Amino acid sequence: MKSESLRPRLDAGWLILTVLAALFMAAPAQAQLRLDITQGVRDAVPIAVVPFGGQAASAATDVAAVVANDLKLSGRFAPLERADMMTRPTSGAGIRFEDWRLLKSDFIVVGRVEPESSAAAVTFELFNVQTGQSLLTQRLPTTERGLRATAHRIADLVFERLTGVPGAFSTRVAYVSAEGKPPAQRYKLIVADADGYGPRTIMESAEPIMSPAWSPDGQNLAYVSFEGKASAIYVQRIATGERRRVSARSGINGAPAWSPDGKRLALTLSRDGNLDIYTLDLATQVLSRVTTDDAIDTEPEWTQDGGSLYFTSDRAGNAQIYQASLAGTREVQRLTFTNSYNARPRLAPDGASLALVTLDRGGYRIATMDLKTRNLRVLTDATQDESPSFAPNGAVIIYATRARGRGSLAMVSSDGRFQQRLSSELGDVREPAWSPFPQR
Amino acid sequence: MKFIHALAVIVLAMSLAACTKPKQVQPDAGTQAPATTAEGGATTSGLGNEAAAGSAGSTALSAQQQAIADLNAKNIVYFAYDSSEIQAEYVPVVAAHAAYLAKYPAAHIRIEGHTDERGSREYNIGLGERRAQAVRKALMLQGVADAQITTVSYGEERPAAQGSDEAAYAQNRRAVLVEIQ
Repeated sequence: MKSESLRPRLDAGWLILTVLAALFMAAPAQAQLRLDITQGVRDAVPIAVVPFGGQAASAATDVAAVVANDLKLSGRFAPLERADMMTRPTSGAGIRFEDWRLLKSDFIVVGRVEPESSAAAVTFELFNVQTGQSLLTQRLPTTERGLRATAHRIADLVFERLTGVPGAFSTRVAYVSAEGKPPAQRYKLIVADADGYGPRTIMESAEPIMSPAWSPDGQNLAYVSFEGKASAIYVQRIATGERRRVSARSGINGAPAWSPDGKRLALTLSRDGNLDIYTLDLATQVLSRVTTDDAIDTEPEWTQDGGSLYFTSDRAGNAQIYQASLAGTREVQRLTFTNSYNARPRLAPDGASLALVTLDRGGYRIATMDLKTRNLRVLTDATQDESPSFAPNGAVIIYATRARGRGSLAMVSSDGRFQQRLSSELGDVREPAWSPFPQR
Repeated sequence: MKFIHALAVIVLAMSLAACTKPKQVQPDAGTQAPATTAEGGATTSGLGNEAAAGSAGSTALSAQQQAIADLNAKNIVYFAYDSSEIQAEYVPVVAAHAAYLAKYPAAHIRIEGHTDERGSREYNIGLGERRAQAVRKALMLQGVADAQITTVSYGEERPAAQGSDEAAYAQNRRAVLVEIQ
């Protein structure tokens, strides 16, 4: 009840910041992402995440720190500094709410890892500081993925309880990095936690890697590799590294996109230099042609029902977004009419809008288009923004931009109210792809 | 006959070498404009037969190798923004490769199409492919067999020059003709 009354404040006040963060700790040779908050967080909701009990100060994973960091990077919350905490309760019974009211925290999260010896589970509680009302209490077993994964899960649950939107802190991001100067570059396909932690190279090559795409179950990545001096599409199982080449036809093999059921890929192939879109059944290898126009047709994206594809085509003279039905006559309909360049459509998780790249007042920028009203809304203001990818909760779009002459990743809230940049210490990073929610 | 061929190739090779020193793109040069002068490409030195005057039989292969080396030293066609049209100044570059490939039907060429970094990556693969195809068609019109030609588009993935200015863009909008023996 009381928490409900706070909703309007959250809705009105936030700047949706982002979810990716920064971080570090991985193998030194890895390109690591660091967060540059390019806009201050205004109107973020103050929350206290008290250090969890049952954890030594030297614990490898500080659960409360991970939770606080996730919430901070979401842009919607402003965690209280630990130094300002007068007490450190580890359960609801130990909270003196008047203390936290003085500190102007609206909410408080307390918890403990238990038993301390094995860290087998984490219990946490969320309270409304003003009313003392308990909003959430849960005991989460620690999985083989460890305490850090459990901490992200806690952040997901707290975020959802307070905003009504599921948190996307337990997800991952894939991206491509290029290191070295042209023409002697090395390309890496990297998968990191959504907060940027623990980047791991899952594929590396002296030839370009492009267009990573997550399977709907989050277990596989499809991508384009030029390792054979020509493009080919591979599907790689992330857990094992095992992969198979699914398309290496003569000419271009590009832009893989998974069907919603994960059984087919839409992709771009070329014959005599003309790019067209096809679908490929991964089990049967049956290939079906979707477009036949004598133009560039590429960058397919499935509709939510799997019955048609959005794609980029320059059939009208410049790049615009179209939709082709996969049934019957394969009727094609043009969707974008604003601006002279619109490309790389990506469907929002709720199916109501597309994120795309648009040429807006001289710059390539990220925009969303409402599929019902066809209104185009430009979200970013740089000149070379590309490769938008929605977080699975739809709140944020990650994309690639150029900063100080190098590729970097950035995020913008889907409503355009908040932007932030992630920079890499090494090389150029590009083509971020946000994973689906993990399967539970 | 063989000697004539060898001679012709060498003359051709020398003539190419004699053209204004190819302004090859220096990686990272950043500001250097692409080569703009080929002076018709028709300059022949006329002295190219000295090397060939020796044993004709054994020079045929090395002549081909030399021709490949020379062709690969002048093998870039630059394009205007959003265009896949081969401009007049690069016609001789394509013609030299065509002459060689027509002469050696067993030889192969790989044409790599590239774009500058602006716009969407996969769409740029399409634009790079158009450039590679423009060169492929020009070669075929000059007698090169389709089977001799392979094309690949790298889009914006393999820039020749780094940088986000027109000088770098101009160096990156290109097709590279790579002779493969």
